[in-house]
Amino acid sequence: MAQPADLTRLTAHDLATAVAAGEVSAVEVAQAHLDRISAVDEAVHAFLHVDTDGALAAARAVDAARAAGERLGPLAGVPLGLKDVLTMQGVPTTCGSRILEGWRPAYDATVTRRLKESGVVILGKTNMDEFAMGSSTEHSAYGPTHNPWDLERIPGGSGGGSAAAVAAFEAPLAIGTDTGGSIRQPAAVTGTVGVKPTYGGVSRYGLVALASSLDQAGPCARTVLDAALLHEVIGGHDPHDSTSIDAPVPPVVEAARRADVRGLRVGVVRELSGAGYQVGVQQRFDEAVALLEELGAEVVEVSCPHFTYALAAYYLILPSECSSNLARFDGIRYGLRAGDDGVRSVEEVMSTTRAAGFGDEAIRRIILGTYALSAGYYDAYYGSAQKVRTLITGDFRAAFEQADVLVSPTAPTTAFRLGEKLADPLAMYLNDVATIPANLAGIPGLSLPVGLAPEDGLPVGLQVMAPVLADDRLYRVGAALETALLDRWGRPLLEEAPSL
Amino acid sequence: MSAQPDALLPFADAVATFDPVLGLEVHVELGTATKMFCGCPTGFGAPPNTQTCPTCLGLPGSLPVVNRVAVESAIRIGLALHSDIAPWCRFARKNYFYPDMPKNYQVSQYDEPIAVGGWLDVDVPTPDGPRRVRVEIERAHMEEDTGKTTHQGGETGRIHGADYSLVDYNRAGIPLIEIVTKPIEGTGASAPEVARAYVAELRALVRALGVSDAHMHQGSLRCDVNVSLRRGPDQPYGTRSETKNVNSLRSTERAVRYEIQRQAAVLAGGGRVVQETRHWHEDTGLTTPGRSKEQAEDYRYFPEPDLVPLAPSDEWVAQLRRTLPEMPAARRRRLQADWAVSDFEMQSIVNAGALDPIEATVADGADPAAARKWWLGELARVANERGVEVGELPIFPADVARVVALVESGALTDTLARRVVDGVLAGEGSPDDVVAARGLKVVDDDAALLAAIDEALAANAEVAEKIRGGKVQAAGVVVGAVMKATRGQADAARVRELLLARLGVSG
Ligand SMILES: [Zn+2]
Repeated sequence: MAQPADLTRLTAHDLATAVAAGEVSAVEVAQAHLDRISAVDEAVHAFLHVDTDGALAAARAVDAARAAGERLGPLAGVPLGLKDVLTMQGVPTTCGSRILEGWRPAYDATVTRRLKESGVVILGKTNMDEFAMGSSTEHSAYGPTHNPWDLERIPGGSGGGSAAAVAAFEAPLAIGTDTGGSIRQPAAVTGTVGVKPTYGGVSRYGLVALASSLDQAGPCARTVLDAALLHEVIGGHDPHDSTSIDAPVPPVVEAARRADVRGLRVGVVRELSGAGYQVGVQQRFDEAVALLEELGAEVVEVSCPHFTYALAAYYLILPSECSSNLARFDGIRYGLRAGDDGVRSVEEVMSTTRAAGFGDEAIRRIILGTYALSAGYYDAYYGSAQKVRTLITGDFRAAFEQADVLVSPTAPTTAFRLGEKLADPLAMYLNDVATIPANLAGIPGLSLPVGLAPEDGLPVGLQVMAPVLADDRLYRVGAALETALLDRWGRPLLEEAPSL
Repeated sequence: MSAQPDALLPFADAVATFDPVLGLEVHVELGTATKMFCGCPTGFGAPPNTQTCPTCLGLPGSLPVVNRVAVESAIRIGLALHSDIAPWCRFARKNYFYPDMPKNYQVSQYDEPIAVGGWLDVDVPTPDGPRRVRVEIERAHMEEDTGKTTHQGGETGRIHGADYSLVDYNRAGIPLIEIVTKPIEGTGASAPEVARAYVAELRALVRALGVSDAHMHQGSLRCDVNVSLRRGPDQPYGTRSETKNVNSLRSTERAVRYEIQRQAAVLAGGGRVVQETRHWHEDTGLTTPGRSKEQAEDYRYFPEPDLVPLAPSDEWVAQLRRTLPEMPAARRRRLQADWAVSDFEMQSIVNAGALDPIEATVADGADPAAARKWWLGELARVANERGVEVGELPIFPADVARVVALVESGALTDTLARRVVDGVLAGEGSPDDVVAARGLKVVDDDAALLAAIDEALAANAEVAEKIRGGKVQAAGVVVGAVMKATRGQADAARVRELLLARLGVSG
């Protein structure tokens, strides 16, 4: 029988098994994680809101269901952190922005509903860059999240809260959303696993949109199998989301258990390495590729020439959609209202509210997008960006003729220091150079830890990409590498992190 | 709003000097059970904000899902207008800030509409009977309606000067089809009538399709009127104004007439017409300026990323084509032949909105002439008094058919029949209910009539003498007295017959 203090170190899979077997109650599991949050989150700041009562009530319901002899779902009783960009009925949802302060949604996102129906215990809402714009979580209006590996460093972004919560053992699972790398890059710099599913694989209903054509929710975990179990719970068609794919969830759990890459063709993307990539990052990546070859994969080099333009296209498409998606935050119906003094006109109240409620990065992207969609500029900016998007999709199609999966470093560097890139948006944007192409093409991507960079002792992530709806291949490769690396290291990488 | 009245040129002078060009944009609110992008009901008149959900309130995270029935309606309208149905089209976002827009963008269609091209033939009434004009259609597209803002307090009921405003989002997300004409040229002095006839024909069309109730006064059919003037048909188009908020057929005609007169005065005075949006005021019959082109918004249209493209299959379109009903113009021609009425009479029937009721009354067994007499006569008069269309009166065509039958069988006189109809309109039930309750029945007992005649003769001895003396015209006085005594329930012709026989005079 595990002691409550140890419960936070267990994987989601082991916790669910223990709860189902009656070795531990879901309430004990939830309480252990709530205690851990109380102990470390002042330092980490992964959570914006901890729903203690809701979490314990959900845990009690799981225990009652078990007592009544009901069949429990594969993650019943497992605690989870929900990125604050997904709605949860009655629980504050801020998207990391002042403009939504005090808003309690009237409805559950489809992802939230599926988690609740599966008996997953939602601990609270995790911190993020405002409206998911950023790569460091420093753009949260409620203060940054700190990387558990080094509290002076960023946890990645926008989903830094979800990744840090998992890395700091505050929750075994979290939900992130990935528009240009917001699940994968935080996973890479915190030594955790993060997956962006195929676009349309997980419902966006209730996901407060940043860029509708790029956003995708997905799992954050400490193991590949845990991520697969979560993926299976949240994935699948949703009639409330027109862009959701009407197809079964790819067999991700089976693939994670199979963990076999023999005969699989692994393509190394030439354009996503070399100049701009930290030496230690490149080194650990190269070693991981060599390991895949040892495991029986066939490694080839592929070229995706249009990736050079991915960042530029992304920073036209994203701000364009975002300028429209964020228009609804005007103080009229919910959230912050500023300047309503009985004298100002409704238009003035709207603009005063927006000026007061949005942070600098949000305002920067709204202005960029408004400009890119303007009459006379649309073709040159938004139109050209869409053409680049098509070319990048074509690059992937060609590459997937030579390889079953593609790999690259997830992020060009390890976690940088808080404040280091805040004044230089372009340097910040470059963090996502390797993750953005998958969003533009709608394909799935996974990041898993492949070691620590020798020069700074910080985690390095490897990204796996697969064709649309071939999400299972990510888990095959991820699980195979994870197993081999664990053999080599003797214990999980996160055990190397300093204790908090 | 400026209090300075616009200078107007007399209409005859205006159209003698200038050639008007029209463009009409009609918004039809579809009568689907649910909204364009969510499952909320669409009924008119529910308490504010009770027919809403996260999607039509535009709550963060909500997403639209296209209403298939609305798309079907759009395609059927397109087919009825002889448009090409796009094999692939998309929705687009139209971005602008306004409190009655939950998302601060409207989901619409921009350069990829569902229906392209087409035409609608309209019959324009003239003193010589209807003249057929073909109106070319530019496009028809789908979009969602906005909410409705009411401004409370202040003097004008407008946003400026109001104490506060209330927004009702029940209307937000109701499906609309916007039908846009190509420039309508060559109408000359009949431009106002052409505009009215077009809107009327389109209204008849969408009603025949069963896709909308198309009540202009409830806003389920709204018209924006574009008018420009040029010196002659060989000249380039002039600068246009776009008049919004035109909510009746009569207003459509008046707004066109007003804009022709106003613009003609501007041009005749050497001025330039400003490209602007204007608002029609039903009460004053004036248009007032709104946004000018210089202030016009850049809507920053782009393809709606929350929706997948629509690709109506050939089979689906063909199947919808088979559901098209008889078109209003064809139906009018058929009924005109059936009823054997003149062009001019048919025009009166259509103008009175009496086509449907008459057709239904005839279907219920009434003679066409009798049905027409009721709907264009007594009932048209009552409808006019009540300010509604005849079709909206609380009387069924079957009731009218029953009244006609009762008159034909001799059970009711015309006078009695009118009282029966009054009773039905007053909510007293069916014609038979009213006859029974009010005791309305022709007195057909000759003995009773003769008794009443004798009483009347006794009371009018002098008149009786005159009649005996050959002044048969004087019989009316006695007949009147008998009718009065029988509370109008006698057949006047029979009374007269009996009276003359009694006095030994031949009629
Ligand atoms: Zn709704």
